[in-house]
Amino acid sequence: MTVEKTHRRVSGAILNMSENMKFLSGNEAIAHAAYKAGCKVAAAYPGTPSTEILENVARFKDHIYCEWSVNEKVAMEVVIGASLAGTRALTAMKHVGLNVAADPLMTVSYTGVNGGLVIVSADDPGMHSSQNEQDNRFYARFAKVPLLEPSDSQEAYDMTIQAFTISEEFNTPVIVRMTTRTSHASGIVDLGDFTPLPSNGRIYTKDITKTVPVPAFARGMRVRVEERINALREYANSSRLNRIEKGSSEIGIITSGITYQYVKEAFPEASVLKLGLTNPLPRDLIRRFSESVERLYIIEELDLFLDEQIRAMGIKVEDYETQLNIGELSPFRLKQLRAEIYGEPAPDLPSKGVGEGLPARPPVLCAGCGHRSVFRALNKLGATVTGDIGCYSLGTFKPLDAMDTIICMGASVGNAFGFEKAGHNNKTAAVIGDSTFFHSGITGLLNIVYNKGISTVIVLDNRITAMTGHQQNPGTGQTLMGEETKEISIEQVARGVGVDRVRVVDCYDMDEVETAIKEELDAPEPSVIVAKRPCILGYKLRVTRQFEVDFDTCKGCRICLKLGCPAIELGDADPEKPKIRKVKINPVLCFGCSMCQQVCTFGAIKDKVLEEVSR
Amino acid sequence: MKKTVNIALVGVGGQGILLASEVISRAAMLAGSDVKKSEVHGMAQRGGSVVSQVRIGEKVYSPLIPEGETDFLVSFELLESLRYADTLAPDGTALINTQVITPVTVSSGQQPWVEDIEARIEKAYPNRKLMDALKMAQDLGNVRTVNMIMTGALSKMLDIEESVWLQALSELVPAKHLEVNLKAFALGRGLE
Repeated sequence: MTVEKTHRRVSGAILNMSENMKFLSGNEAIAHAAYKAGCKVAAAYPGTPSTEILENVARFKDHIYCEWSVNEKVAMEVVIGASLAGTRALTAMKHVGLNVAADPLMTVSYTGVNGGLVIVSADDPGMHSSQNEQDNRFYARFAKVPLLEPSDSQEAYDMTIQAFTISEEFNTPVIVRMTTRTSHASGIVDLGDFTPLPSNGRIYTKDITKTVPVPAFARGMRVRVEERINALREYANSSRLNRIEKGSSEIGIITSGITYQYVKEAFPEASVLKLGLTNPLPRDLIRRFSESVERLYIIEELDLFLDEQIRAMGIKVEDYETQLNIGELSPFRLKQLRAEIYGEPAPDLPSKGVGEGLPARPPVLCAGCGHRSVFRALNKLGATVTGDIGCYSLGTFKPLDAMDTIICMGASVGNAFGFEKAGHNNKTAAVIGDSTFFHSGITGLLNIVYNKGISTVIVLDNRITAMTGHQQNPGTGQTLMGEETKEISIEQVARGVGVDRVRVVDCYDMDEVETAIKEELDAPEPSVIVAKRPCILGYKLRVTRQFEVDFDTCKGCRICLKLGCPAIELGDADPEKPKIRKVKINPVLCFGCSMCQQVCTFGAIKDKVLEEVSR
Repeated sequence: MKKTVNIALVGVGGQGILLASEVISRAAMLAGSDVKKSEVHGMAQRGGSVVSQVRIGEKVYSPLIPEGETDFLVSFELLESLRYADTLAPDGTALINTQVITPVTVSSGQQPWVEDIEARIEKAYPNRKLMDALKMAQDLGNVRTVNMIMTGALSKMLDIEESVWLQALSELVPAKHLEVNLKAFALGRGLE
């Protein structure tokens, strides 16, 4: 088989590039901007697609104090404190994280800042890794704070630096709104003179009229918030963050963020008003632009944030049928819109017709993951299970099939108690991971104890924040900056909030797990089961044991396949009963947890001799 | 204006696709081109499909390749090559590692294997190059070099000088693994 020569000219030799030209993801660019802007404090809770921002800030830990906070609200409060004390500070979170941090956000808008305060919100259009696709641009309007929307890594860098300046100049926190595609796409970034800006010498001076929003002071702040938004509107009208790219006057497009890049691709001839500062909107500039084009279109990802405001200004905006407001946009979706606008036939995607019935490759719990035994037991006991956010949401799917609900971080605990108080006639357990328990499970547990509940809470304690790529948390004994710290015990926390029945089980002992869950579900008082096994990926654990299937003993009953372990596979058929396929264990994947051996009723799964364990 | 070159790298979590796309992007940058790269992180480590897109040109806007406009589909795994078939342009080229990583849905008996996989690949990709990069990597003594063999094979199709590729590799591959990765790259680049 040969390949056609399809050389395409890219370029010749190596250019002399400045040291400060880097190829960075949007998240990396923001971390570099924090360093360049002289930011001194950064705090966050991990969440896709925002996690790499703080991971990369930690590369500058000699200059920036940085931490994984226990949740986004605490992170926000830490950076507000740092800002009021006079330093530049940054927090970053995924879109739903800002819901958790919304309480301090709404009021720091009133108090304003001292050192520049930047809040990065990374939204997830298309829900690549999220439970909803809320459009956080509305938070900026809601809180009456400026909103910047970078469209690539260079802008993520430049705008984050500028966000600190705007914050100090206008005495306001600033939201930099990223999306999965700006956070995780990479591009060339010119870092310019990459030395941190000197401290601007702001100091803390006590002024309760500024920092204590009791009603008497808050009413004055409220007025100043409106004055500020008006001043920012003037700034938006003249700032280079918002610019007109003159093209044909036939069609004008207003857009922002990543959508700008798709617009440039799908409508190369159009005039474009590219908005970088989208709250407050630059009304004069928008009006001027609308008057310079024959037909005005607004193209934006997710909700009609720009559209509704611009229509409310009385500006004529063209309607279109192409559905753009659900899911992530792409160049192709904009080409479909283009076809509609120009009355051309819709672009078609010729199918090669080879995609029929391709087996899926869904994410699954790893071989050796301790969570598996808990879901197996809950499934067997037929319990109702309120679940939570983490790798263990994979316990929802067959064959484990042991989760009924997922709402948000920490919700499992309150949800279980709600089922109980509603008189739900089935045994109900909450399942929550260690990091999520620290994040917002503790308050729910306290509520159960206080309000005389009897719910059962199972904490899957793998001592890491696994789903987002293994970050430290209060249970790991390590900080983001790599320092040793106190390792918080979930058992002690549970006892501390008043739970008397606290049990620790080893996830690899399936009988122990099942017995504990059964007994605690029956117990007439609140209980916590801490199900322990460290995350094998997060701790890069070595294989010390492995299993293999004795072909002759295996009856092909497939009970072991109900564990949903990726290491257990269907193997050859029984020579005498060709319809019965026996199982085998993939030695590349088997971690030696022994759960399959424990469920096999025929004793067909045997320990491998240790010498043969090569990994 | 020169056309933007669109490259999609596909495969399974753990195959080193993200490093490969980093090397390609770096080489393009060193060669003086604009370049953008896009990938979705998340649950890839847990055995899921992985896609990374690299776009190289004079000025690249969207980091996402428009559907149906991929010039080079570099598939690290046989089945994954089919999953992205419709993204490849009609005159595009597929570079396919014949290694098979059985999806858990097949190994656990939930879904059947695609028995006519070779026939489908022939149908989908008139311009294709199949290679057993896993075998080649094993012969080199390091199965983790599949990604650089694939990168080497791709490198021949792009007009970027060899010295630029070698510089990109040396900047991005940790020193203790550099030698074997350079060998792997040369092996892939030397394939006819």
